[in-house]
Amino acid sequence: MNANVAIQQRKSLRFRGRSFMALVFAPEEPLDEWLAELDEWSAKSPGYFVGRPIILDVSGLPLDKEALAKLIADLGSRNIRIMGVEGTKASFLGLGMPPLVGGGSASAAVNDLPDAPPPPAAKPSAPAANENANPPVMPAAEPAEASRPASLVHDSPVRSGQSVIFPQGDLTILGSVASGSEVVAGGSIHIYGALRGRAIAGSTGDAQARIFCNKLEAELIAIDGLYRTADEMDPQFRSRPVQAWLDGETMAMATLS
Amino acid sequence: MAKVLVVTSGKGGVGKTTSTAAIGAALAKEGKNVVVVDFDVGLRNLDLVMGAERRVVYDLINVVQGDAKLPQALIRDKRVDTLCLLPASQTRDKDALTEEGVSQVMNELREKFDWVICDSPAGIERGATLAMRHADVAIVVTNPEVSSVRDSDRIIGLLDAKTARAEKGERIDKHLLLTRYDPARAERGEMLKTEDVLEILSIPLLGIIPESEEVLKASNLGSPVTISNPLSGPARAYADAAKRLSGETVLLTIPTDRRSLLDRLFMRRAA
Repeated sequence: MNANVAIQQRKSLRFRGRSFMALVFAPEEPLDEWLAELDEWSAKSPGYFVGRPIILDVSGLPLDKEALAKLIADLGSRNIRIMGVEGTKASFLGLGMPPLVGGGSASAAVNDLPDAPPPPAAKPSAPAANENANPPVMPAAEPAEASRPASLVHDSPVRSGQSVIFPQGDLTILGSVASGSEVVAGGSIHIYGALRGRAIAGSTGDAQARIFCNKLEAELIAIDGLYRTADEMDPQFRSRPVQAWLDGETMAMATLS
Repeated sequence: MAKVLVVTSGKGGVGKTTSTAAIGAALAKEGKNVVVVDFDVGLRNLDLVMGAERRVVYDLINVVQGDAKLPQALIRDKRVDTLCLLPASQTRDKDALTEEGVSQVMNELREKFDWVICDSPAGIERGATLAMRHADVAIVVTNPEVSSVRDSDRIIGLLDAKTARAEKGERIDKHLLLTRYDPARAERGEMLKTEDVLEILSIPLLGIIPESEEVLKASNLGSPVTISNPLSGPARAYADAAKRLSGETVLLTIPTDRRSLLDRLFMRRAA
């Protein structure tokens, strides 16, 4: 009993993953002309780039360290702050320069940008990320279509060493999740089989996410950054069909009848 | 139509080499043309278990690198003449195996034999992935013990992802071979039960090989257990497994070593 109280009193540190939509600049040679074009464009919609998360993709450019620093400074003088650089070496990015990013995926929403400047109201929700010295997860998320909630069905067992990661929404596994494997979802996780590995739900900060499984043998379960290892789970739930959810700052579990 | 079979497990010491030799010999005794290929380059063992260590001249690496022709490297078994061995090299390491070279050797073997049985090294590195690369059928050797089961699960995942068949979008046939099984200890809860292993791995069971001193005896004699003592428990279990591989339906039992009544009484008292 005492041990339980101690666990609940400890304020746990929570890390969250979150996806932001970022604009990606891919400058072309010669840079002077590209910057002139950019000036021309932003003259038509002033203030468009202010406060927007912007990634600089220099993978097509043979820039050295100085040239890259100059390009970032040139953009800075136009009030365009770069939050991350893609396609260069980490050693080119010294102190005071944006960090290296990678692994982004294309997003259709901003492809038509140069021709038709969208209304300034369409502003991403968290420009504050620029101020953060170490922005967390960079990949631009696919904008979920409003009409159809994102979900993924994985119709084979998840074997040891494999991970199934679906930050966009709910994840359903038809089969067991083996010891030494992990399933991660932005939303809830449904497992029609035994859960013997790790299940991490609400990975992008969804405290409403739940975990359901036919048989609980999990090594670890986590919802919205709050986790519980096998040792900390109530033994009465072992080998039974169970759901887990967040009740405030504690994880609640119950058997499914 | 030749079939390439890989015997794999992830974990070491569970009985891959023993099973390769025993099943290879059992299939050969049924009249099939069989070659057993040792992929454990650098730590070769199959030649010892087959009793051919004194006859190795050329090996898999020599053939892969073009220093020898395939017929020069194949060693024909002295006891069963439809059984051949392609040994591994002890002096080289797994980096000497190239993807194209292995693929060419496998194609040549497919033309000559009915069954090509590849003895995979332990682990999930290059040697193991090359051994499973061209397989049509896989035998996953597992001991009734948690670490072995987890490693087998990992290997099953790789079989579904890294083989040539999987990359073409086809499925590879996977069979579970449970080795070193002791029914009495499983009953007492000292070992995982067959049902537990099957539930975790969810692949069909090819056979259960009982724990037996006959296996070690056969290895030390340099003879597959299905040749040295065909009436022993493990030999009968391996022979049944080989029949199931060829498509026969054989009732699954766990054969034990036959003992006289006196022996049994004595054993019971000793235990």
